[in-house]
Amino acid sequence: MSGPAREVAVPHVESFEFTPENLETANKIVAKYPEGRQQSAVMPLLDLAQRQHDNWLPMAAIEYIAKFLGMAKMRVLEVATFYTMYNLAPVGKYHLQLCMTTPCWLRGADAMHEACKKKLGIDFGETTPDGKFSMMQVECLGACVNAPVIQVNDDFYEDLDGPSTEALLDKLAKDEAPEHGSVIGRQGSAPEGGPQTLVEGGDD
Amino acid sequence: MLQDKDRIFTNLYGVHDWRLAGAKKRGIWDNTKALIELGKAEIIEKMKASGLRGRGGAGFPTGLKWSFMPKEVGERPHYLVVNADESEPGTCKDRDILRYDPHRLLEGCVVAGFAMGAETAFIYIRGEFVNEAHNIQAAIDEAYDAGLLGDNACGAGIRFDIVLHRGAGAYICGEETALLESLEGKKGQPRLKPPFPAGVGLYGCPSTVNNVETIAVAPEILRRGPEWFEALGRPKNSGTKIFCISGHVNKPCNVEEELGIPLKELIEKYAGGVRGGWDNLLAVIPGGSSVPCLPKDICDNVLMDFDSLREVQSGLGTAAVIVMDKSTDIVKAIANLAHFYKHESCGQCTPCREGTGWMWRVMERMVAGKAEPDEIDTLFDVTKQIEGHTICALGDAAAWPIQGLIRHFRPEMEARIKRYHEMAAAAD
Repeated sequence: MSGPAREVAVPHVESFEFTPENLETANKIVAKYPEGRQQSAVMPLLDLAQRQHDNWLPMAAIEYIAKFLGMAKMRVLEVATFYTMYNLAPVGKYHLQLCMTTPCWLRGADAMHEACKKKLGIDFGETTPDGKFSMMQVECLGACVNAPVIQVNDDFYEDLDGPSTEALLDKLAKDEAPEHGSVIGRQGSAPEGGPQTLVEGGDD
Repeated sequence: MLQDKDRIFTNLYGVHDWRLAGAKKRGIWDNTKALIELGKAEIIEKMKASGLRGRGGAGFPTGLKWSFMPKEVGERPHYLVVNADESEPGTCKDRDILRYDPHRLLEGCVVAGFAMGAETAFIYIRGEFVNEAHNIQAAIDEAYDAGLLGDNACGAGIRFDIVLHRGAGAYICGEETALLESLEGKKGQPRLKPPFPAGVGLYGCPSTVNNVETIAVAPEILRRGPEWFEALGRPKNSGTKIFCISGHVNKPCNVEEELGIPLKELIEKYAGGVRGGWDNLLAVIPGGSSVPCLPKDICDNVLMDFDSLREVQSGLGTAAVIVMDKSTDIVKAIANLAHFYKHESCGQCTPCREGTGWMWRVMERMVAGKAEPDEIDTLFDVTKQIEGHTICALGDAAAWPIQGLIRHFRPEMEARIKRYHEMAAAAD
C-alpha cells in the first residue's frame, strides 16, 4: 500500500443523476423545509450526491442539483466550495481526516500523522496509488477529550497514538471494519478507568 | 462538589439507553404537557429566575433572549434554531448530549420553542457528527411515533415539528447568523446585526438561536424549579455546566459540575491532575480556543465561571479547558490556533480575511524566533486592529489567543528571538 503518491486529477464525468432510491430520498429531504424554501436542501442533497458518487462531487452533480432545486449553478458551486466536507476531486476508499488542532496536537497528533505517512507513503492532499487511502488535515473535529482523533469516512477513531494508528490502518487495509470510538476502550468521554460521577445508582 | 442527584445530564457517558424507553426512565418527557401548560410568559419568567446563561460561549441570559421574540405570532412564523455546530477547539460537550441524550434536547426544543411562539425547531448539527446525527434523527422519529412531536405534541394541544439539518464542515456556521445563512442553503457568511434574529432571522422570520446545552437543560429547570438551579453555582453564574478537560492531564474527560468550581479542583478531582503534577502546569486555555490563555499563577486560584474568568481577562466560553504542561511549546500551541482561525475565516471582512493569515505567518516566525523584538508589539497592534472591526466575533476570537500569549508569555517570545539571532550570528 505504500508507493509514490499521485496528484489527484479531477476526471471528467459526463453526467450525473440520482438513483431512483436517492431521488425518493431527495424529494423527502426537500419536503422537510417550508414551501418555497427548497434551497435549504442544497447541503443535504450535495451530501447525498457525494455518497452516491464514491464520496466526491463532479461538476455534473453540482449542475444536476442546481437544476433539481431551481438554483443558479453558481450558487450551488459556492456552497460546494465553501464547506470542507464536499470533495471536489476523487478521494480514497478510506478518506482519513486527521485533526491537527491544538487539543489533538497536545495529545500527540504528530505521532498519528507520522504513522499514517510511514504506513501509507502519502501526506495531506494525497491518495495511495491503489486508491484505497486518501489523507487530509482537518481542523478541530469536536472530540477533544478523546484526542487525538482521525475521522475515517463517517466514523471517529479516538485516543490514538502511533502504534494504534498503524493497527487501525492495517485493519482498514484488509477491509475489516474496526469498531469506531475510543481505541483504548474508554466509555465515551468518561475518564480512563471509568466514570467518577453518575455512579450513585443507575436507572437501568 | 456537585452531587449526582443535581446532575442534569445523567447519561453523559452513554452508559444507559439513549432511546425513548431509556430516556423516559431518566425522567425525560415526563408530563411535558404540564410544562407547556405553564404558559409562555411563565416559562420565560422561570427561565429568567433560574439565572441560566447561554452555554454556547457568550453567556447571554437565556430567559431574556427568549423574551426578545415578538409576543404574538403575526404573519411570519417563529423559529427556534438549535446550534449543534460544535466546533470550538477544546469543546466536545454537545456531542455527548446529541449522541447519548438526544431526547433531552428534543424535549427542550418543544418547551423552548413553545415559549417563543415557534411551531418548528431546526437543529443544525456539524457535518462531521454523522453518527450523532443518526441518533438525533432516530430520536426525532421515535418522538413522532410516540405523539411527542407533530400535531398535538405531548398531548398539549400544540403543533411542534423538529427538523435536523447537517452542516458540512465550517466552524463559522457556529456563529448564529452564519448558521442561518447556511440553513437557508447559502455559504455560511455572517450577517450584519441589527436586525437581530429575533426580528429578522431564518427565512426573514423571528428566530432564536440557542446552544444545545442551553436548550437541553430547560425542561429540568422547569421541573425542579428555577430556585434549585439558581442555588447551584455562584450569583449571576448559576447552575451546572459540562466542562471538557483536554490536553496534558492524566485523564481527559467531560464532567458536569457547578459553575464556579475552582479550576485546580476541576482538573485534579476529575481529570486525574496535570501530567507530572500541578507544579508542572504551564498554562490553561479555560474556555475553548477563542479565550486568552492563563499562566499557572492565575490557574492556582481562579474559579470557573463567566465573571471570575472575565476578571482575569479571559472567559468561560464553552467551558472547554485545554491544559498545557511545561513540556508545551506555548508559542507553537497558539500558532496552531492562528492557523485554525486563518482556515476558518469566511473571507467576508478584510481585517479578518487578511489579518488571520498575517497573524498566522508572523506566529510561525515567532515559533522559530525568526523575528525582530519590536514585531511583538506590531503583532499585538494588529490583533487590536482586527478585534472589534469585523461583522462577527471570529475576528475577536482570532485576536484573543495571541493577545493572551503576549500578555503572559512575552519573555518566552523574546528569549526565542534572542536565541535565534545568537545562533544566526554564530553561524556567520
